[in-house]
Amino acid sequence: MGGDEVILLNYWMSMFGARVRIALEEKGLNYEYREEDLQNKSPLLLQMNPVHKKIPVLIHNGKPICESNIIVQYIDEFWNDKAPLLPSDPYEKAQARFWADYIDKKLYDSGGKITWYKNKEDAEEGKKELLEIFKALEGALGDKPYFGGENFGYVDISLIGFYMRFHAYETIANFSIEAERPKLMAWVKRCLERKSVAKSLSDPKTVYETVLKFRKIRGLD
Amino acid sequence: MPSDEQLLLLDFWVSPFSTRVKIALAEKGLSYEIQEEDLLGGKSDLLFKSNPLYAKVPVLLHNGKPVVESTNIVHYIDETWPSPQLLPACSYGRSRARFWADFIDKKVFDAGSNIWRSKGDELEAAKNDFIDILKKLEGAMGVKDYFGGDEFGFVDVILIGLTTWFYAYEKYGGFKIEKECPKFAAWINRCKERDSVAKNYIDPQKAYEFVGLLREMHGVE
Repeated sequence: MGGDEVILLNYWMSMFGARVRIALEEKGLNYEYREEDLQNKSPLLLQMNPVHKKIPVLIHNGKPICESNIIVQYIDEFWNDKAPLLPSDPYEKAQARFWADYIDKKLYDSGGKITWYKNKEDAEEGKKELLEIFKALEGALGDKPYFGGENFGYVDISLIGFYMRFHAYETIANFSIEAERPKLMAWVKRCLERKSVAKSLSDPKTVYETVLKFRKIRGLD
Repeated sequence: MPSDEQLLLLDFWVSPFSTRVKIALAEKGLSYEIQEEDLLGGKSDLLFKSNPLYAKVPVLLHNGKPVVESTNIVHYIDETWPSPQLLPACSYGRSRARFWADFIDKKVFDAGSNIWRSKGDELEAAKNDFIDILKKLEGAMGVKDYFGGDEFGFVDVILIGLTTWFYAYEKYGGFKIEKECPKFAAWINRCKERDSVAKNYIDPQKAYEFVGLLREMHGVE
């Protein structure tokens, strides 16, 4: 679309920011990427998201859209001429929103129990919860190639960014997601073959090293 | 609505989240049946089957197919029966409505719960936090009559049901919303004049008594 200015305020490690990057890539959109230093947030970020002061923020022709799943829905509805991300049927849409909401409610906190553990019990609890969540997600996936069915879509986009943290979860809590949840990992590999995903995810090893760095800074190690 | 369409709401009489759904259904002029769930006594098999991950109300069954999570249900109702439309027509307006619905979901009920669950200094902090949230919401409404602008809309539906428990928060928190946030109080009264709200508004005195029961159950003195 001619004349559109699209800016993404993001943090390279954010699984929420990854959602927006993937959606923009799926739609073939040009945008300006701006990296935020979360210890020193830009005036633009604070101006565009005064309520939460968080990334990601999409700025479209000067107007901000906040909260990653809301941004993805916006991208899908505004640029609706190609690559639909949400189903058109209202019931299917409701199912997609339910799973994206489930991922939001559960995954970050349970994963956080592992990455920011204070004692071994925290990490163990986080691991158990994570495996339960993954089991429920495998149930939702069923035999389909993607959560969206034949087509990569909203729920896939909502979840795949967390792959960046898998190496950290596995190394810290000493388990293998591949061994415990092979169907989920098969889905991950399928997603990683997509250009939009490969372009938007940071290297899990770099993420793990940064988690360790933050653990030291927070006095956890 | 065609006579072969069936709507069943799994409900708990004092749930402010169920109230949201009832108001949305009323706005659309839809008739439905209610199955009252005894959340304190024993949940029904249908509830467990329809909402296996959370086993919570409300659940809307449309021709036997369940939709769960109240905001998701309101979205579904709005998309399936588009007239009158609750969400704005333009993508940007929709993203703002979803943003505030998400803010309300993340903040309001939990902040209210913190009031009735706490005492002393904690109670004072909880009260101030709650008032702060209402002030932010007043800012979102601006000079308009409703969150939807000139018309009652999506965000109004999402929020007004939660206000049925505000009398309980006022009593336990020792404050009055009319005094702290007069614009917000005016908005509540404006909404209560609507048929859809008036017919489904839980008696705040009864909600207050129910919260008293919860306080006993949680051992708050």
